Amino acid sequence: MSREYVDYIQRTREQYDALGYQPYAWVNNDDVPPFTPLAKPLQDSRVGLIASGGIYCEGQIAFHFKDDISYREIPRKTARERLRATHFAYDLTDARTDPNVVFPQDTLQDLAQLSRIRELGPNAYTFMGGIYSVRKVRDILAPALADRLVKDKVDVAILVPV
Amino acid sequence: MSSAYSITRSVNPPRAVYLDFPLGRTAGKANDKPLQRKIMIDTLSALDSIQAPGTIRELPYQWSVDDAWKDLAMRPDPDRSAGHSDNRIGRVASAQYQCDADRTAAEVTLSEGGCSTCVFLEDSRA
Repeated sequence: MSREYVDYIQRTREQYDALGYQPYAWVNNDDVPPFTPLAKPLQDSRVGLIASGGIYCEGQIAFHFKDDISYREIPRKTARERLRATHFAYDLTDARTDPNVVFPQDTLQDLAQLSRIRELGPNAYTFMGGIYSVRKVRDILAPALADRLVKDKVDVAILVPV
Repeated sequence: MSSAYSITRSVNPPRAVYLDFPLGRTAGKANDKPLQRKIMIDTLSALDSIQAPGTIRELPYQWSVDDAWKDLAMRPDPDRSAGHSDNRIGRVASAQYQCDADRTAAEVTLSEGGCSTCVFLEDSRA
């Protein structure tokens, strides 16, 4: 299957050019990524879920749009009706109708019931992905989230950016 | 999981799946549980079977019968007569609630001792 994909790096460059801004410096990792083979079958695995679509739960403080490096704990059994989405960089229509399209917690929970995975971790973690500062993500937010996954003893983690 | 191929290619994660859908639907279509489940099963299968670090496996699902949405993604509204206008949402530093009731609910949480599930990280260089 080879159909042209939308090139968001190019689209962003065009948008910034039109506004007279310098191009955005995207992260570019040329070296081979670190890779850990799975230690056990997925059906025996606890799965962590991290999503950057600005998902929060009713009762929590919502995200702001200026390099917000906070995150939210979303417990495993949170009712879908309590989930909200707030973000500046994507069309929120479908996420607000059905949070699973950017935060597939129920989808994974269903697969745990079907024994495709053993279980979800006790919490999923969400953040507001529109963070312009590479440093803040690389040095502060990402290590904090990785720490939580280690403490939760997850075997694998799925990251859902938008 | 990704719907932005060139960005993911540039980041170069250990393993990824690519879904050729508009942004904001990275795990499927709203209220389409069977498709959401297929996408996740494919994702888990990729997790299990990808051997070469940096592989991005393309999933076979199409958003719609035509690709017209691709021309519009991140492009200015063609109905606007002016040239490129800045139609981005402002990057404001205050919490952006989906609805006013959420703001009220958050204030209740704060008045009852704080949001224990909200984690704010220190930036020593801020």
